[in-house]
Amino acid sequence: MSASAPSSYGSRPRPTGGVELYAWLFMRISGLALLLLALGHLFIMHVFNSIHTIDYNFVVARYLKTFWRVYDLAMLWLAMIHGVNGMRTLVDDYLKPPARGLAVKALYGIGIAFLAVGTWVIIFFKPAGG
Amino acid sequence: MSFYKGGIGQWSWVLHRVTGVGVLLFLFVHILDTALIMLGPVWYDKILAIYRMPLFGLMEIGLFAAVLYHSLNGFRIIVIDFWPATTVYYKQMFVAQMVLFFLVFLPVGWIMVGHIIHGAGA
Repeated sequence: MSASAPSSYGSRPRPTGGVELYAWLFMRISGLALLLLALGHLFIMHVFNSIHTIDYNFVVARYLKTFWRVYDLAMLWLAMIHGVNGMRTLVDDYLKPPARGLAVKALYGIGIAFLAVGTWVIIFFKPAGG
Repeated sequence: MSFYKGGIGQWSWVLHRVTGVGVLLFLFVHILDTALIMLGPVWYDKILAIYRMPLFGLMEIGLFAAVLYHSLNGFRIIVIDFWPATTVYYKQMFVAQMVLFFLVFLPVGWIMVGHIIHGAGA
């Protein structure tokens, strides 16, 4: 199978090199990981458990295990980078310069700020009074 | 928004974008609501009380549908990107993807509706 064959029913054409090729590859690799991480998270939290069984103590018990902090951290980082890069694709498609450059900068700023908050919570959460 | 030839190729692409943006917006909200846990149980359980309202229960089901669609459609994109010969079967692959979608979504949606109904009384 030729790698140069068009994939018009797949997605945008595969970039030929540089940063865009790595971004393209990242979307596919992180997408596969997120398929398991995000759907796994939804099944555990909203199917086997529910918003009615989850509370502060549920999180305390869950975060006693390092495994779940690592799981959540991996999901957070992959989802944020995957989402922001996907949004960049939309901005590239629908906005023209100079709005495009501003929107991408704002997107990166917001993404980094939220990533920082999420990372801080996952790493530093300690039970109250504990 | 650009409109191309219509049909499965275009609409699966539109849905991929819409679900992607929706899930990203929820990720931002979810980071903020989870951050409230750093303020202690009173604040965290306050935000959970809001999420327990039936309206949010329905949005939760929508979130599951969006993540499931984006996952399955993304998987199909990956298959076509790395094995371009499968491109000729894109229609059959999309049908298989949507059959799988409903096989997962219908029981899960049923269970999640149950959570809304029974959870409120528990």
